[in-house]
Amino acid sequence: MSAEVATSGLYGLMAEFRGPHEIVAGARLVTEKGYRRVDGYTPYPMEDLSEALELPRSVLPKLVLGGGILGCLLGYGLEYWSAVIAYPLNIGGRPLHSWPSFIVPAFETTILFAAGTAVLGMLALNGLPQPYHPVFNVASFAKASRDGFFLAIEATDPKFDRADTRRFLESLHGVVQVSEIEE
Amino acid sequence: MSSANPMDLPGAPILGPGHTLGTVTDKIGDVVLTRKTPRGWLGGFAIAFGLLQLMLLAVVNLLFVGIGVWGVTIPIGWGFDIINFVWWIGIGHAGTLISAILLLMRQEWRMSINRFAEAMTLFAVACAAFYPIFHTGRPWVAAYWLLPYPNTMGLWPNFRSPLIWDVFAVSTYATVSALFWYVGLIPDMATLRDKTGSRLLKVVYGMGALGWRGSIRHWHNYETAYLLLAGLATPLVVSVHTVVSFDFATGLVPGWHATIFPPYFVAGAVYAGFAMVLTLAIPLRWYYRLQDFITMRHLENMAKVMMATGLVVAYGYVIEAFMAWYSGNTYEMFMMKNRMTGPYAVMYWCLILCNVVTPNLLWFKRLRTSIPFLFLVALVVSVGMWLERFVIIVTSLHRDFLPASWGMYAGTKYDWAAFIGTIGLFLTLFFLFVRVLPAISMFEMKTILPGSGAHGSGGEAEKAR
Repeated sequence: MSAEVATSGLYGLMAEFRGPHEIVAGARLVTEKGYRRVDGYTPYPMEDLSEALELPRSVLPKLVLGGGILGCLLGYGLEYWSAVIAYPLNIGGRPLHSWPSFIVPAFETTILFAAGTAVLGMLALNGLPQPYHPVFNVASFAKASRDGFFLAIEATDPKFDRADTRRFLESLHGVVQVSEIEE
Repeated sequence: MSSANPMDLPGAPILGPGHTLGTVTDKIGDVVLTRKTPRGWLGGFAIAFGLLQLMLLAVVNLLFVGIGVWGVTIPIGWGFDIINFVWWIGIGHAGTLISAILLLMRQEWRMSINRFAEAMTLFAVACAAFYPIFHTGRPWVAAYWLLPYPNTMGLWPNFRSPLIWDVFAVSTYATVSALFWYVGLIPDMATLRDKTGSRLLKVVYGMGALGWRGSIRHWHNYETAYLLLAGLATPLVVSVHTVVSFDFATGLVPGWHATIFPPYFVAGAVYAGFAMVLTLAIPLRWYYRLQDFITMRHLENMAKVMMATGLVVAYGYVIEAFMAWYSGNTYEMFMMKNRMTGPYAVMYWCLILCNVVTPNLLWFKRLRTSIPFLFLVALVVSVGMWLERFVIIVTSLHRDFLPASWGMYAGTKYDWAAFIGTIGLFLTLFFLFVRVLPAISMFEMKTILPGSGAHGSGGEAEKAR
């Protein structure tokens, strides 16, 4: 990009691996070595790679539970409020608070809010939508959505050193090439 | 491990041999990214779009004149509109079943059919929604008794009515199906973004992909979200047709007031849905030469699900008849006798022929693996399920308790125009979908490639090699 090529213009180093097994093995060594600000880029989800990078469990299930409970309360609350307080109607002599009938819409709002939380929560946790990201500056990175397996160590990692880290990545088995990621 | 490896099972494979990550991307992605629109697509789209114009005609006429242009009268206040509503919404159910329930059961063969089955769900729900909305005659006026919003009249919907449950169930179903479908498309749109050479398409697919970069941290949350959505969609899909059946079962009309309705409707929905998936999959795989991805194994599995749910539906018919007799209730017994021997008897027996006799032919492997035969059975089942809804709705209503209020029903030309028009809408949307979005999920197909290492140590598929 710009002329200033100091470490400040560097997002990190990216190693391209030959295949899925190589990247998992490589990621284990990277974790062992003590690198923490590491990310893998793969064309499909890989449980082994998540484990190799020791990613924490996603907090999404808890958010979704919260969303579901909120949806249930809001749905039921709306029914109770509208049928008992705002607009009481005698329908076939049933009590105003006819809870068995209220179950169905409350169930649907539970699912609706939980599902909405799952999607919006996933996007929020991933920081999407994100129009720009430095990894796209690497020329071969377009393959990551096709058949490429990439591992990036970010420059903000305390153990990061431009030359050492590069040498380390190049020494890993199955690395095709190591590129610098410009900011 | 409960998840049997699909590659171990006997029978045809779920993926043709010799594929790599690259060829899967190219084969599926090129269907969309090819510059030239195939002639066959144009022809099919023209027909579908032509049929859609019938819907336009039907709607304009309906809004100008009123729902008197339809055949509905008292005592048959629910005619084609509800028949077609139930028919379409049922068709949609197979998409959710494939994408959610089969995902939870780790049925990996679903990977190549879930995307277009989900699209089918969305389009079928759109067609279904058309009917109740326009059955209100003046939809913009009906909003206040369908939706809970603070209106100037201070009115609120009656939550004790199954029709309001239906509004909630169907709108939630449409929303969740759309979310599920879109979430599945995000990584694939990123693939198209990276694959296309066109600047414009890069921007368009790039916007759809939301900046997806395949980060493993993202995949980690993504997989969690996808499984959660599947877990949420599963009770949802069961609830939707259950609620649809409540529209009938909570009424007192003989032929409707039955506790068998919810399970029998849900099974019928899956049955009709798989028939529609087969109807779409067979031409799709043939035209785009996707036989490597949608293999004989898929078609056979779908045929088996269709047959199994068909048997549940047949059981429903038997119980309906048995209960009518066993109840000892004059009106119930009359309703059943009228169904079997009354003025609509032909439709009842056609329904038995289509839905009970025909699917049982699939017991024979020779027939089950014959593609033209499967296609034919799928069409017959679709007709059968339409007849089922006709029989349930019309024969129950047309002769109820008081002979003085009996009547007959037939759809008018505008009923037919609306029905054929929604078929046009469905096909038009499907043609557009196949042209602009990958009809098979690329990233999920990649996970079932041998050696992909997507599932645990080394990948089960690979161990089997």
